[in-house]
Amino acid sequence: MKFASLVKNRKALVGLILFALTVLLAAFPGLFTSVHNPGEIGTYGPNLGPSTGHLLGTTSYGQDIYSQLVYGARQVLEIALLAGAFATVLAVLIGITAAYMGGIVDEALSLVTNVVLILPTFPLMIILAKYAGQSNEVMIIVLVATGWSYGANQMRAQALSLRNRDFLEAARVRGERRSYIILFEMLPTMTSLIVANFLGSALYSVLAASGLQFIGLGNTDQQSWGTMLYNAHSMEALQAGNALWIIAPGLAIALLSAAFALMNYAFDEIGNPALRPVRRKDLRRSRKAERLAAQAADPHAEKGARDADPDVYADAS
Amino acid sequence: MRYVVRRLSMFLFTLWAAMTLNFFIPRFMPGNPLQALEARTRGKVSPATLESILSSFGYKPNSALVPQYFTYLKDMVSGAWGQSIGLSLGEPVRDIVFQALPWTLGLIGLTTVVAFLLGNAVGIVAGWRRGGTLDSWLPSTLVITANLPYYWIGMLLILLFASTLGWLPPDFNYDPTILPGFSPGFVGSVLQHAVLPAFTLLITSIGGWILTMRNNMITTLAEDYVRMARAKGLADRKIMFGYAARNAMLPNISGFAMSLGFVLSGSVLVEYVFNYPGLGYQLLNAVDNNDYPLMQVLFMLYTVAVLVSLLAADFFMAWLDPRARAKG
Repeated sequence: MKFASLVKNRKALVGLILFALTVLLAAFPGLFTSVHNPGEIGTYGPNLGPSTGHLLGTTSYGQDIYSQLVYGARQVLEIALLAGAFATVLAVLIGITAAYMGGIVDEALSLVTNVVLILPTFPLMIILAKYAGQSNEVMIIVLVATGWSYGANQMRAQALSLRNRDFLEAARVRGERRSYIILFEMLPTMTSLIVANFLGSALYSVLAASGLQFIGLGNTDQQSWGTMLYNAHSMEALQAGNALWIIAPGLAIALLSAAFALMNYAFDEIGNPALRPVRRKDLRRSRKAERLAAQAADPHAEKGARDADPDVYADAS
Repeated sequence: MRYVVRRLSMFLFTLWAAMTLNFFIPRFMPGNPLQALEARTRGKVSPATLESILSSFGYKPNSALVPQYFTYLKDMVSGAWGQSIGLSLGEPVRDIVFQALPWTLGLIGLTTVVAFLLGNAVGIVAGWRRGGTLDSWLPSTLVITANLPYYWIGMLLILLFASTLGWLPPDFNYDPTILPGFSPGFVGSVLQHAVLPAFTLLITSIGGWILTMRNNMITTLAEDYVRMARAKGLADRKIMFGYAARNAMLPNISGFAMSLGFVLSGSVLVEYVFNYPGLGYQLLNAVDNNDYPLMQVLFMLYTVAVLVSLLAADFFMAWLDPRARAKG
């Protein structure tokens, strides 16, 4: 799994570019707009159409939509990256501990994981966010609390499949400490699953956080795309003929989630070559290989070729 | 037998955990029904009167938490769900729930089934025709559509088909000027109002089914028994459905059960966008107004729905797949 192979995959490249663009907006909003107070009410006329002064027009509160869009990148990105990271760490900790310790610890942790997995997540998030107050920290805690369980199950399964491998047995015989074995022997073999899990959690966090903001449960001290949609919806932007107020923030959310989704899917493809798009060149080659295999009259030709490259397929399991 | 007991105890434990969470979260957080009611009546009614109104509906903030908790558990299970202390003050929670339930079940339930069937059909074809035109552009498109913010899609559909073209109504579940009943006008109105929310859900949910089915198909098609079927010279159609698709669908069944379970709770935002008076819409009302009784019942129903469909899926899988039977 190398950076070069990520860039070569077209889906990953598009995802990376979209992601980089959002990072740029979040880090240096001043580069993209000269407006410094996008939230201030009544700075401009209400519901202005797009013009050179206001690229996307203004809201019915008289705020510049384009500048809100630029400043809105930071909150959702912060929440997505932090919640994604914490949820992944929690998933790794719980999943690996359960698998490695086994017995009663495994039973208990698996039970908790499965219960959290089954709880109706979005209603629970609404209730938590509503009563715990509206700040980025609360949002992150809510997302982590509801989002770690799926990953923990995956980590546990992967760690279980590793448990009896020879290299871990060797480490145990060498007399290594348990923490060393988990950190330096097991974790590195799980890197691709961990990265995929992070991307998945970040994607989930973008969508869930924006959804909560959309029903008015976001942090309104700071601009955010979901809150923009909430305002547009509650001010009936559609009826006011201000379509851009709805189209722009939604598109921004869609592009950021597409960025995470594309990177995640590309990651899957790189890890599991069976899913890669078939290129014409490869088709010809594989037909030729099939012919050769048929000539050799070896019924396991294709399977043999697959087994010869265990590295590539190890990630897929 | 041990399998069944294990499943059932898991069921009960999860239900208890969900109900406990739902009891304690609102009560340990700032804000309470009294404040919400005061805000809504804008101080026109004295707090003492409001408090006596609330307590007559069973809200007793000053009694000890632990006995309250046990009464709560007993009431939830026995179906004594009490009365709303929120927006529709005094209305039995049971009535609110049973008014909203059919709308959510009809709209979201049907859409989920349609998405599953259609998505699997497309996925089978895409996986079978590996590298064909369908398969070459489909995955990248679906990865994006499956992760769109679906409430935004709903707003775009309203913008296009309701505000601009005026073909379809933008919100509510039926035209209130028509008397409800089995008249063609009423049924037509209900269908008309369901089109936009249904498509909103379909657009975003179908992608996941297509992608997983395509990927399952690709994995299954590489199996030896499919090669065997080819070698026997069976017709393509027979291999595609009878050999590959049959087995590739197995993992999707538990996914389908899960999504059926989330029918009740996964619809909150669509119902919000379209002002569709289903369960999700009621949940938002309940949360907004600190309507504990309604919130508790909704949350319990959501959890029960997921648990029941998972349980059903487990038993269905055991019946369908001999391997699952052997393991259990």
